[in-house]
Amino acid sequence: MSAQAATAPPRSLTARGWFPALLGLALAIALAFLVLPVVAIFTHSSPSSLISSLNDPASTDALRLSIETSAIAVAVIVLVGTPSAYLLATREFPAKQLVVTLVELPLVLPPAVAGIGLLASFGPGGFLGPALRNAGIPLTLNTAAVVVALIFVAAPFYLRQGQAAFAALDSSWLEASRTLGAGEAKTFARVAVPAATPGLAAGLALAWGRALGEFGATLMFAGSFRGITQTAPLAIYGEFATDFDGALALSAILVAVSGALLLTVKFLVGSGAFGGAAR
Amino acid sequence: MLRAELNASVGNVELDVALNVEDGACLALAGPSGAGKTTILRLLAGLARPASGRIECGGELWLDTGRSVFAPAERRRCGLVFQQYALFPHMPAWRNVAYALPDTPRTERKQRASELLDRFGAAHVADARPATLSGGERQRVALARALAAEPKLLLLDEPLAALDPRTAAKAGRELGAFLADAEIPTVLVTHDFAQAALLGDRVAVIDAGRIVQQGEPEELASAPASGFVADFTGANVLSGIATPAEEGLTRIELDGGGAVLSAEPASGPVAVSVYPWEVELEPPGSNHAGSARNHIQATVTTVTVLGARVRVGLSAPQHLTAEITDASLERLALKPGAPVVATWKAAATRLAPA
Repeated sequence: MSAQAATAPPRSLTARGWFPALLGLALAIALAFLVLPVVAIFTHSSPSSLISSLNDPASTDALRLSIETSAIAVAVIVLVGTPSAYLLATREFPAKQLVVTLVELPLVLPPAVAGIGLLASFGPGGFLGPALRNAGIPLTLNTAAVVVALIFVAAPFYLRQGQAAFAALDSSWLEASRTLGAGEAKTFARVAVPAATPGLAAGLALAWGRALGEFGATLMFAGSFRGITQTAPLAIYGEFATDFDGALALSAILVAVSGALLLTVKFLVGSGAFGGAAR
Repeated sequence: MLRAELNASVGNVELDVALNVEDGACLALAGPSGAGKTTILRLLAGLARPASGRIECGGELWLDTGRSVFAPAERRRCGLVFQQYALFPHMPAWRNVAYALPDTPRTERKQRASELLDRFGAAHVADARPATLSGGERQRVALARALAAEPKLLLLDEPLAALDPRTAAKAGRELGAFLADAEIPTVLVTHDFAQAALLGDRVAVIDAGRIVQQGEPEELASAPASGFVADFTGANVLSGIATPAEEGLTRIELDGGGAVLSAEPASGPVAVSVYPWEVELEPPGSNHAGSARNHIQATVTTVTVLGARVRVGLSAPQHLTAEITDASLERLALKPGAPVVATWKAAATRLAPA
């Protein structure tokens, strides 16, 4: 054997097999398909139309409403969803799997079905309609109805992710907290939530993204009234037949806002701003 | 002072133990995995409920199933050091310790926590997150944290198991020194008899949920109550049938062939135990000049050099291990396959009911 052959690295370390190439090709196809529409939105809308869209009160009203309603919805989801997810992750009880399935059900409901369900339960003629009207909080074609629709479709994303985040905690952390004199409430607030923060934040980002993009259920349950229930997706739909450029511009802004939100959450979690466990 | 009686079923093990540990004393619960050791700690800490039982510690009643008394974990003052230490990953070391400080004003917390860390030689890691600490440093932080709440009982679950061997030896010595000064009762759990003997004033050997023997480590090693205890303390355990013999000795016909003499009285089926360091090796056909009365023909199967000591695995009718010096190894030129004679004294031959 020649010296050259002896020093050449073994084939398995240098050769590129067909399988890695296949994996790369699959990812390239997926990426192109998923990114192209987003890129197209930006390349099709000229900077001047973006600016004029920002000056169009219909667009700015819709954006402002979208951000407000989704922020309120996410706040409610986090407030109620965090303890719920903790319970689902840390306790065993009869029919737990059924409860988990019910909580996740809205994920697979067609938006139209979600809208009908909301009308039948909270709407003026619905199950709780009279009670809500008597209580002075009717959910009829108003902004509160938008928030309810957003919560309904977005909450399962947070609950699912939150349950997984709590379940992934080392149970000995929770037990150690108890032996150190902390009751269940302090253990939840000081150990479980901070340690699960990266997972909870990921759930928050998903839920917020879903709420910002909500369309069908909102349209059916709350309607599409400018400044009151017309969120950005509804405004885009309303404009695209008459003013395609305006719809494009608003879409570009919505993409930018959603993307910025996701990046901000990821950045905050990555920098440990929440004091979460870097794992 | 800890007094506990506990009955619980864990998987297919029926746990039934009674523990008494004086203030300042350390009881080491030793036994194989699955014997129920960790469950005992969890029951003592209040993280699990027994089917029936009673726990009294430091003058407080923590559990009495007969009177429906059950203090939850957060009300028992019980410092539990978990096997993997269970430090909170999102807090620096000092906050882990401060977490347990009762009623300490906010401004004094860091100071108090640092003092506790310093006591265990871990003051320099006060601001570090657990993920960046070494195993030995984590153990120090976990100990400081467990003691911050001024517990009435200290529980240690396999305190050295998460450490590499070199760190474990050092940590074991330091922990032993700390336990010697401690004023509260300590219960620790280990699967390793050597660690139990190192750290415990008393050792309770647990098998299948029951304490099979309890005593000082030397007592257990010199007078194991059963073959299980003898095996657990690291002895060779052989089975055979004992009959009284001349000179007040007992003769044991070993199962599979061969016979040995013991200075202890017994008759019927017995477990014969002899420690590896009491077994000497001679070349075959030597004239047995020493005082050793027992001679077993064997073949060397393995030779493992551990520093100046050498463990030699022997194939005989029943498997044996001898621990000899490296000088003997050289003199005998032992290799796997070589025939030897294993010898030991009748006085080193301990008998326990089989």
